[in-house]
Parts: sequence; structure tokens; C-alpha cells
Amino acid sequence: MRVTCKINGVDRTADDVWAGESLLYLLRERLGLPGSKNACEQGECGSCTVYLDGTPVCSCLVAAGQAAGREVVTVEGLGGEDGLDPVQEAFLRAGAVQCGFCTPGLVVSVHDLLERSPAPSDPEIREALAGNLCRCTGYEKIMDAVRLASASREER
Amino acid sequence: MSTTTHLGLAATAVDGIGASPPRPDGRLKVTGEFAFSSDLWADDMVWGATLRSPHPRARIVSVNVGPALAVPGVLAALTHEDVPGSKRYGLEHADQPVLAFDEVRYQGEPVAVVAADHPEVAARAASLIEVEYEVLPPVVDPETAVLADSPRVHEGRPNLLRHVPIRKGDPDVTAEVVVSGVYDVGMQDQAFLGPESGLAIPAEDGGVDLYVATQWLHVDRSQVASSLGLPPEKVRFTLAGVGGAFGGREDLSMQIHACLLALRTGRPVKMVYGREESFFGHVHRHPARMWYEHGADRDGRLVYVKARILLDGGAYASSSGAVVANAATLGIGPYDVPNVVMDGEVVYTNNPPCGAMRGFGAVQACFGYESQMDRLAEAVGVGPVEIRVRNAMKTGDLMPTGQVVEGPAPVAELMRLVEEKPPAPAKSDFLPGGTANTTRGEGVVRGVGYGIGIKNVAFSEGFDDYSTARVRLELVGGRPAVLIHTAAAEVGQGLVTVLAQIARTELGVSQVTIAPADTNVGSAGSTSASRQTYMTGGATKAACEAVRERLFARLDAPGLRLSDGQVLDSGGRLVTSLGELLGDEAVEETVEWRHRPTSPLDPETGQGNAHVQYAFAAHRATVDVDLELGLVRVVEIVTAQDVGKAINPDAVEGQIHGGTAQGLGLALMEEIQVRDGKVRNPSFTDYLLPTIMDMPPMRLDILELADPHAPYGLRGIGEPPNISSTPAVVAAIRAATGAALTRVPVRPEHITEAVC
Repeated sequence: MRVTCKINGVDRTADDVWAGESLLYLLRERLGLPGSKNACEQGECGSCTVYLDGTPVCSCLVAAGQAAGREVVTVEGLGGEDGLDPVQEAFLRAGAVQCGFCTPGLVVSVHDLLERSPAPSDPEIREALAGNLCRCTGYEKIMDAVRLASASREER
Repeated sequence: MSTTTHLGLAATAVDGIGASPPRPDGRLKVTGEFAFSSDLWADDMVWGATLRSPHPRARIVSVNVGPALAVPGVLAALTHEDVPGSKRYGLEHADQPVLAFDEVRYQGEPVAVVAADHPEVAARAASLIEVEYEVLPPVVDPETAVLADSPRVHEGRPNLLRHVPIRKGDPDVTAEVVVSGVYDVGMQDQAFLGPESGLAIPAEDGGVDLYVATQWLHVDRSQVASSLGLPPEKVRFTLAGVGGAFGGREDLSMQIHACLLALRTGRPVKMVYGREESFFGHVHRHPARMWYEHGADRDGRLVYVKARILLDGGAYASSSGAVVANAATLGIGPYDVPNVVMDGEVVYTNNPPCGAMRGFGAVQACFGYESQMDRLAEAVGVGPVEIRVRNAMKTGDLMPTGQVVEGPAPVAELMRLVEEKPPAPAKSDFLPGGTANTTRGEGVVRGVGYGIGIKNVAFSEGFDDYSTARVRLELVGGRPAVLIHTAAAEVGQGLVTVLAQIARTELGVSQVTIAPADTNVGSAGSTSASRQTYMTGGATKAACEAVRERLFARLDAPGLRLSDGQVLDSGGRLVTSLGELLGDEAVEETVEWRHRPTSPLDPETGQGNAHVQYAFAAHRATVDVDLELGLVRVVEIVTAQDVGKAINPDAVEGQIHGGTAQGLGLALMEEIQVRDGKVRNPSFTDYLLPTIMDMPPMRLDILELADPHAPYGLRGIGEPPNISSTPAVVAAIRAATGAALTRVPVRPEHITEAVC
């Protein structure tokens, strides 16, 4: 089948999409956007988190066809032309990136958290990110990154 | 917001050692542009898939790939008959078939591989391959497998893969106070998030180029070349982006398979494991059963330790021999004990193969000896910190192997540091059960526990352990720039950051680039055993020094040094600029660098200077436990670790946080559950990793006590924090509940059954 949707502000079309393919596969293998990651294929790890019509979803759990006619924003679409999104900048500066496999999904999840709650408390941060696994950092510097991103968004 | 205290040296060079510059790959990683091994793509690329055995032990009667080849889109379906070179591979023993023949020895063993134009087509075609099995009863219990009359896992070879005896002092000595126990450790998974994956591209010279996530390019290559029947120079490896490793990428997974398919089809072949396949695609941490007896005087000073540590190696050897040597040599912990009778054993079974995982044998033993130290403390009526301080190893003491502990050994100091940290906050952000609201605080009790561990750094037992670094200094755009080329695997730990820092410090040049790691330069050894900053850092430092010497030879002046692009004399006066001294000619040096040699262990007594360096970390854990439900909430963890020199303090903290988290996972939730040789939970739904909700705030004390033998005095840092957080968390639960808890991971029923 043919799937057309808006991705990071641009209309994109993929042909020959098999009905069993996920949105994650569509993004990674058909549309050249491998930033969203493939770590569990069952919505446990959050590495594939993207916005679908403004709501964060695990793109591995969304069929490619379900995205037809809708708007998707991936980690590749968060930064502006003038550089990184404050969340991306904060992850870099806080040392919250080690292997980086969880980072794209976490960046999207944190972006969403701060849109909803610009100055979250520590328990609020932990609850919001409970669906994003990280195997390297023990999450301490991810907490730092969220606090830093929150502060720098406020400054803007 | 920092909760870390650094004690010791200060930073000097801008973004040199001691500073925490951002990762050079960090920008790509936060934008999603960093190319992990599963992100690779080539024109005309096809996909590989693997058919695996459903049985832990069975004879292969026949294999028919015909039905797979009949599927439209399939290009090849290969079995062991298509392996042109060595049909077996392995790190220590070549005992593992590239594709199974005659017999399968564990559930998930690869039997055939398929290439097709879509990953789903490849997977479905693989499932159509007809394999006739004669199912055999699997050998699954290590305690019976080790007996002489057990059925053999490998025909003609005893199941006992390695026995490491260690004898120190008087084996018959007695003591006034004796405590004993039997302890079990479950099978932990590395659970790196980036799945096994890579891209093999056939080359015009009949060879193959492989882009892959691994921990050791050169040893991968030698195994792959051997099985392909190609000379090593025709098998070229480049490191692709690695999504974590933790030991699980030291053995081969898809490397040979992808190369076989690429050479057969003449097309680039990509293989990416899914999570379920990943659980079958790499080795795990050895499950252990450990029998300990500690004898002490009435003050709790240890007189002897007698122990047997039995590790389940699973179906193939992997690095089991080195793992059991670690478990045995480090098996009494960082304590001064005059008499030791230790037997470490690792045995073949038809369970999943086990090998390297962060902590490598030291993790299992630490749960045993630290549980014992708490029992001893109770028996003699002193506290858990006091018993450890009284027995703490110090510089100059003898290991059970007879090796003298050289350099700082701040065991007592680390214990005091974690003890003296202010207590955890009285109220945690979350109660046990978290947001499930299973309690409002009723039935919740608190406990505090301690643990300390010891780990060897780098490869041991006489292994020729080295790393190679090529450093090139030249003018780029009129400014001095350094290019560092090594084969060392960056797996997330930040080696690429650290190597650049070392070059900045040694050469006074701010512009440093790290070339992609590949096999066009000599081996860097494995990214394991906490060794790369020591070894490839050491090699890079040495190569920088060689470059500097060649430059200074052009000037006839003593005491020169490089700083900020300038050549200074001994009085700090400008001699010339580095740019002028360099001119148009690049200066390049390649250095192969070794640590001090080690010795094998005596096969009867276990005596020998087997290890290069020891590293220590201590933990204090505070937990809240819901007695009715057996749920545990870790409230806080305090860690103190001696790192010798923090080359990059932020990265050191990250290693300590991450290692501590993996130890918490082993204490409370992480276990591959194997019944009758079959894995029951190969998914992230059923194999639980600590989430951000499970992890508490962590507070660190980082000591920098220089080791005179190591570059900059540094110590390997990756593994020590992974070792003692497990026993500290369990000790805290025991303190809260009184439950004996002799097995990790602790399950809720272990607590509820003990307290009800």
C-alpha cells in the first residue's frame, strides 16, 4: 500500500508498504529517518518515541498505515535551523548521553513533559520518563538534563 | 546539580585530562543522526535472518532449506555445509559451531541463515526450513553436570570446563567463630539497548567489509576470517555505532553469518536482531551457586575462608575460563585473610551459554562473601562497617594467590566514606509499589546495608594484553590538529572523549579528531575488563609522547614543553609556535603499548601474580520494604570509589551511576529464567530492567589515589561500581526485614515468606 503523512513538517510518501509494517519501520527503513530506535519492538523501552498528531507514542506499536494523513514529529524534527532544541542541548551538557541508543526517545519524551509541565518536580520527572529505559546512565544525569532543560527553557 | 565530591587532583589543560568536555559524538546522538549498527544502509542491500533451535539438546537428523529457497525474494539459505573455513569459533576454545551440525546444545543455537529482500520475508523463509531433530534430555543442573558420571554436553570432553583451585596458608586451621552459607545468583542479561546488528558488503577482491557493533574488532576479525577461509587482510572491520555492550558483544553473534550471506549473494547484507532474538544471540552472566565458610576470632578478625564457587557455563566455553579465574582469585573479597581454600569451577550444560558481563565473575563472588561478612558481623556482635574495616585489605597485603597488593588499597577508607555520608531522607519520593499506591506507609520498614568489592583491571594470567594507537600531528587550515586512530571500541563509555583529552594534555593542541575505529590499525584489545582508558589511553599517551619527542629533536634545547599551540622552554618562555615547528610535514607515530606482564596461576595452588591492577568501590543502600507485599523501594545509594585519577569526572560519575544501577537490577529484578534449558522470559516485558522509577538518587565520593604503575595514576572504573551494589541492596532488605535472602534477584515472595 501507499502511505502518505506529514513528517517533521514535510509531506512524505512511501510505496509498497506491507500491512504488517510499523510506523517505526516506515520511518527507519523507507523514509531515511533512523533517529527513532528499535530496542524492544513491544513498547517497553521508549527508544522509538515520536509525536503522532502531538501525542508521544511508541512508533513500534503504531502500524505504518495508521499514520496515513497524520502528522509525525521525530527526534530529527525537534531542533530548529539555528541549532539544537534546549532538551537536546541539556542532554549533551549534562552528560546524559552514553551509548545514546535511548537518547532520541528520551529527548522526545522530555520535550513532551516540558511542554505540559515546564518546571516538573523530581517525582513528576520520574513518572513521566518511566517508559523510557536507559541501560548506561542509571538515570542520574538524565534527571540533571531535564532540570537543566527546564531552566534553560524558562530563560528563553 | 551535583551531589558528588571529588577528592584530589585538579584540572589543568583546557579540555585536557581532568576536565569534562562534551562527547565528540554527543551532538549526533541527541539529534538522532548518529549511525548505530542497526541504522546502516547500502544500495542493493538485502536482509539476513537466522533459524534457531527450539530445543536445548537434540541431534540434527536432517536440514532441508528447499522451502525457504522457494519463497519469492529469497536469495540464499545456508547451513553448516556452506561454511568454507573453520566450522567452529570461540574466544578461549573454538567449540561453538558457526551453524549447528550433528547436535544442537542450547535453545536458540543458530542452525541456518537466510537472505531476502525484506526482513519479514527473510524471517518467514527461515521459519520454513525443515529441520528434523531427535530430541535428547538436556543437561541442565550444574551440580550434577560436574559429576564424572553425568551425560556429556560435548562428546569426548568432560563437562568441567575449568577448575581453579587456590590454596593459601594452612588448609586445616580452625577458628572460634564460624559462619557458613550457600548463596545463589541468577542469570543476568547485559540488555544493551542497541540490538546485535551490522552490514556486510562483499568486496571486489573476494573479501568482505563488515560494519558492526562489537567490543573487539581484531579478535572478531580473526574468528570471522578463519570461518570464511579467508586471509585476515581480506576481512576488514569497521566499528559501527554501538548501543551499549557490557560484555555481551565480546563474543560473535551475526558477524560470520552476515559475511557468509554477503559472499554468497554478492549483495550487501544487513542483519538486525529483534529483542527476543537478542536474548538468544549473546552470552549472559553466569548463574552461580556458592558455598562459603568463614572462620574468625572473637573480634571478628578472619582466620580462614573456605569456599566453592560453581558457575553454569552453558553450552559453549566463551570466556568462562577467565570468568571463573576472576571469581576464584577475587572470591574472598578485599580482605586480608591468612588461610584460604577456594575452588572455582565452571561447567558445561545445555543452558544458554554464559560469558562476559560487566564485573566478570567478581559480581557473583561479591554477593557470597559480602553476605558472609554480614553474618560474621552479627555472630561477633559488631556492625557491618566495623567488620569490614577490621578485615580490610591494605597496601602490601597478600592476595589468596600470593600476589602483593601494590598501590593504594583504600578499603577501610571507602567503607568509612559511605558510612559517614548523612543518612538518606526520612521520606522517599515514592513508597514501595511506586505509583501503584499499594500502601500509604503502613507495613513499610526501612533498612540500611553495606557492600564493598574488588575487581581486577585489564587482562590477566599472562595474557599478552596490549593496545595500539596512531597519532598524527599536522597543520590543518594553518592550525595544528591531531588525528588519533585506534581500533578501540567506543561502546558508550566515552573513550573517544578521553583519548582527545589525553592528546590535548600531551600535545597542547585543542583540535583533536578521533578516526573511526577499524582494522587498518593494530589491535586495541577488548573494550572490557575496565581496561580501555588504561590501555588505549596509555597507548595514545605514549604515541603523543613519541610525536613530541620527534618534534623536539628538531630543536636543540632541553626541557621543552608544548602548551596551547606553543613550544615553551624550561622557564616557560616562548621558543616558537607549534605551527612553525611543524611546517608542512605531518608527524605521525604508532605505538603498541603493554601493561606490566602478569603470570599464569599455578594449576594446583592458584598461586601467581595474575592481575595487573585492583580497583575498589563501596556502596551503602537504604531501602523501604512493604512487608505485606514484599515490594522494595531503594531510597538512596551512596557510592565511594577510588579511580586513581578522574580523566573525565563527568564520565566517571556516569560509569558509577550506570554500574550501580545494573547491580541494583541484579539484586531486585533482573533474571533470565531458564527451566529445563528453555528461556521463559526473552523480552523486555518479562525481563525487567531498572527504570527511572526504580532508581534512587545516588551520591558519590570519588577518591583519586594515584596508582604509580598506571597512566596518570588512573584505575579502571567501569566494573567496580557494578559489583557491590547488589549485596548492599540485599543487606539493606535483610536489615529491614530479618529475612535471610541467600539468592538474587530477591523476589517479593522471598520477603513475604520469611516475615509472615
